[in-house]
Parts: sequence; structure tokens; C-alpha cells
Amino acid sequence: MFSHDKMILAGILTFGLLAAPALAFDFGRPATPAEIKLWDIDVGPDGKGLPDGSGTAVQGKQIFADNCAACHGDNGQGGIKDRLAGGQGTLASNMPVKTVGSFWPYATTLFDYIHRAMPYPTPGSLSTDETYAVTAYILSLNGIVPADGKVDKESLPKIRMPNRDGFVPQPEFDPAKLFRRK
Amino acid sequence: MTSKTSSERSPRSADVSRRGFVGGLSAGLVGVAASEVARAETLADVPDRAPGADLSAHSERSRFAKLDRIPEATPGKRNIDPSDAINSKTPHQKLVGNITPTDLHYERSHSGVPDIDPAQHRLLVHGMVQKPLVFSVEDLKRMPSVTRIVFIECTGNGWENWKKADPDLTVQNTHGLVSTNEWTGVPLKFLIDLVAKDKGSTWMLAEGGDGAGVDRSIPLTEEIVNEAFIAYGQNGEPLRPAHGFPMRLVMPGFEGNLNIKWLRRLKFGNAPWMTRWETARYTQLLANGKAMQFQLRMETNSVITQPSGTMQIQPGYNRISGLAWSGHGKIAKVEISTDGARTWKQAQLAQPVLSKAQVRFQMDWDWDGKPTRIVSRSTDEQGNVQPDRQSFIAAMGTNALFHYNAQQTWSIDETGRVRNVLA
Repeated sequence: MFSHDKMILAGILTFGLLAAPALAFDFGRPATPAEIKLWDIDVGPDGKGLPDGSGTAVQGKQIFADNCAACHGDNGQGGIKDRLAGGQGTLASNMPVKTVGSFWPYATTLFDYIHRAMPYPTPGSLSTDETYAVTAYILSLNGIVPADGKVDKESLPKIRMPNRDGFVPQPEFDPAKLFRRK
Repeated sequence: MTSKTSSERSPRSADVSRRGFVGGLSAGLVGVAASEVARAETLADVPDRAPGADLSAHSERSRFAKLDRIPEATPGKRNIDPSDAINSKTPHQKLVGNITPTDLHYERSHSGVPDIDPAQHRLLVHGMVQKPLVFSVEDLKRMPSVTRIVFIECTGNGWENWKKADPDLTVQNTHGLVSTNEWTGVPLKFLIDLVAKDKGSTWMLAEGGDGAGVDRSIPLTEEIVNEAFIAYGQNGEPLRPAHGFPMRLVMPGFEGNLNIKWLRRLKFGNAPWMTRWETARYTQLLANGKAMQFQLRMETNSVITQPSGTMQIQPGYNRISGLAWSGHGKIAKVEISTDGARTWKQAQLAQPVLSKAQVRFQMDWDWDGKPTRIVSRSTDEQGNVQPDRQSFIAAMGTNALFHYNAQQTWSIDETGRVRNVLA
């Protein structure tokens, strides 16, 4: 009986492989482009997924003070949560300080993370322009964009972070080699 | 090889306990056990039988069994307010067998535990697919399912001991971020077929419905496509909220944070997204200042849980017991040294030994009462051997924070006190 059940399961799975379109109507429903857009928030290192809009470090300074400084400290240091600025040159020491400026390899990740997860009590509450502005401000705290700098979907992927070359892939899952066999 | 089973040994074990009590014990865990013995020193002292409590809708633990996880934060930040905790650790020093009780399975949550109504939860599967689909929890439950016993381990497991060893840590403090449960759900492969994934899609983004929206890029290797599943069941019941209710990704053998909880989106693509979690967080800083990235598999590991940190033992018979696991497959053998890693003996493994699940090991030991150090090392079916601390640190440095799988040593002094040490 058990092996018979297993055969049925195997049969279903195999059938799914060969005839997925026929089964698709039996499970779930099609996702509409409009609703996908609501949830499709991820941003890649090439900038794919970055929305229209922009923000300046000057604008970001006030938004940061209102929404971020309580946890991350004024100027992104000395807060109760993750330090965001400084630490460059410490990674090989016995007391490494990992911040956006010293450690993060992609500026696009900063926008993505602020947009999806911050401010901690009310994630997603900043507008697109505010998110760009806070991104610009944190980058300016690290000397990566000027104090009067501005970022948008064109400029953010072009920023070369100081620690961009600071990562080595574990060989088994090296993205550059993983799916390029033969 | 171990020659005697625990059942052959148990009468002697009880005898030793009694003699130990008569000889007079003082503090610690054994002291508690001794006082229980004292309350029933003769059979006449055992309380009379009587009708018990009413039957109930849930069975609770005995009031005499104290089992709790402990919420903690980063290394050294213990005894903290739960609102400051980032994880909650399994009390391995009090557990037996291979399976972790559901409510004691370790927890790592990045933005608290969301209170999700399953009727309002949806899973969106889209990206490089021909048919983007939305699934409800009920949709998943109607699909063909798999059930599998696997360990899930936080990459921070063991992180208390990177730089130093606090002598007063328990195994719950050092190794409480790994647990083993039975999980039930839908094979990832089944969803891949339903949405008709493009052949060119090689990576998948999995995203949670928590406040942090934790997301990780997952390489679609043959192993992962064949083994990953979207679980809605945990030890026979719906997932507990702390573990991802109503659905989570289960990635046997891989980093705990890849097992995305409160799963709400799978997106297919052809390169990693470089999320905060896989760049700034779950990467391992090496001694040269470079960080190892995409170290996704959990390594071969083991730890002695009895006796372990802060316990008190007596000379004579002791049973050493612990847990071993590997993200590479089955544990092939566990060896134990009771002389500070000079000589090793093979321990017994509790059956069945399952791939990518914790397995209980045990060995009889006659302690001569002299100070010593006990340590275990595991070997998996791929031949991976759990490294000693010295060679492990030589390879990884002391800044990595995650993926600590060096052998765990417990020292025992002349009073029988067990302490956490580096080696």
C-alpha cells in the first residue's frame, strides 16, 4: 500500500513535469501584473527593480534624524542598533567594524533594504523619494557621495562601494561558475 | 567501538547514583536529582496512588520538568530582555533522543514573530516563469506532499566561542541554535513545474512576510531543486508562528536563514540579488579582511550535551551523550575523546541515522576522578571530518561570526565541575 501511494505521488510529480499547464488551473490562480507590481520590490545589483524618483543627501539628513537616528545614532554612529558609517580599514583587525561604508558591496542593496525593512517599527513607510534621500545621506556619511549629492535609479548602480571587491565566494556556490558547466 | 548498550549498563548506573547520594553530594544538577532520591529512599516513602487531574485538550509538561529556551542576542549578550533578543536557544542539556520538541525548536527571527491569519496569507510565485501564480495555504495543502526529518541550524550556532570561551556557558548557550523537527509540505519542484519556470532561471529569491521582509537568493542546483520544500506542517501540526506559520521554505542542510519563514514570495531569476542578508549579514569575515560569501551549506558538526557546561559529575560510570549533524548528508561516525583529544573511541549512534538530521550518540565512560577534557568529532558520509579548533581557526580566523563548527571541548576539574573551554 505504501509503495503504491509512493507510485501515485511519483506519477503526479512526473505528470506535473510533462503537463504543468493542464495542472496549473487546479492549484492557485494566475497572478495579475498589477498585483505582482505591488509585491515585486527587490532590487538587483545592476539596478533592476529601482523605481523612478530621486533624493538628495541634504533631504536625507532630516529624514534620517526623524526616522533613523533613534536607533542608529546621529550621523549613523553611536546608536543602539547597527552602526552605518565609518570603520573603513578595520576589516582585517581583531575588532572589525562592519558598516555600509566599510563593508557593504553594493549601493543598490542599501536602497532595497531601507525600502523593505526600515524604519524598523514601520517598514515601507518612507516614500520612494525619501528612501533615495536616506540612501544618499548614509552614503554621504561614508564619503561615498558628496554632502550635496543626489541618487536615483541611474546613478545608484554606478556607485562603486569601497568594499566592492571584499567578498570571495565559497567555491561550491560561486555564482560566476555555478551554472556554467562544460 | 562501544560494546555495552545502555540497557545493560542501567542497573549499575542506578547503583552508582545511590552510592553517590549516600556518599553525600553537594550542589548542581546532581544535587537536585539526589534530593528526589531522598524523598523516596524506601518504597514506603513513595506517595500513594490516587485519581489524577481531569483529562484535557492539551497535555502540558509535568510541573517537575523545567524546559525552556533562552532568548539571547549577539555573543556575550545573555540574560537580556526578550524585546532585545535576536534568537532563542534550545536546551540541549535537558533533551534526549533525536527530535527537538516543537516548542523548544530554536528560533531566529529578524523582526519579531508576525501574527498571520492563514486565510489572508498568499504565496506569489513569479519572475522567469511562463505562468505567475498566487497560492493560498489551502492550495498548498491540496498538493502532493513530502514529509522529512531535518535539522535547521542558524549560522550563528557556536558563535560564543570564536574568540574566547566563557567557562560558565551551557551547551544551550554554545550550541542552542540547531534543532531537528519533522516538516511536511510541497516539493519546490512541484511549484516550479506549476509555474513552468524558464530553463534559463538558475537562482530563486525567497522572501518572508515578516517586518524585515527577509530575502535570500537560492541557487537552483539539482540537489536544492530536488530537496527543498514549502512546509506547512511541523511535527504533525501546523507550523508554530515562531517557525513561519502558515508556511516556510525548508532547505535541508543549508543555512537556517535560507529556510525563509512566513514565506510569501518566490521569484525566479538568473543571478543572485545581493540582498542585505547575503552581503552585509550572513557572510564570514576572514583574517585577511575579505568576507566569504554564499557559504550556504551547514558543515559537519557535533557536541556533547551530557555532561556539558556547568554540570557536575561523579567519579565512576558516566554516560556521554550528544548530537551530531551534517549538511552534507548522513553522519557516518562520531568519535569521543576523554583525554583531551589524544585518543578517540567510536560512539554508538541512535537509529535511524537520517541524511541532514541530527543523530544522538552515546558512549560509556568510567571517570577516574582526575581533571580531564572531553570532546566529540563527527565524520559524515562524504568523509568530511569536524575540524579541531586550531586548524579551524587557522582557516577561518576569529572574525567570521558565522559557520563555527570546530570541535567543542568541555573541561572537567577534580571536583567534577564541567566547563566550556576552547580546546
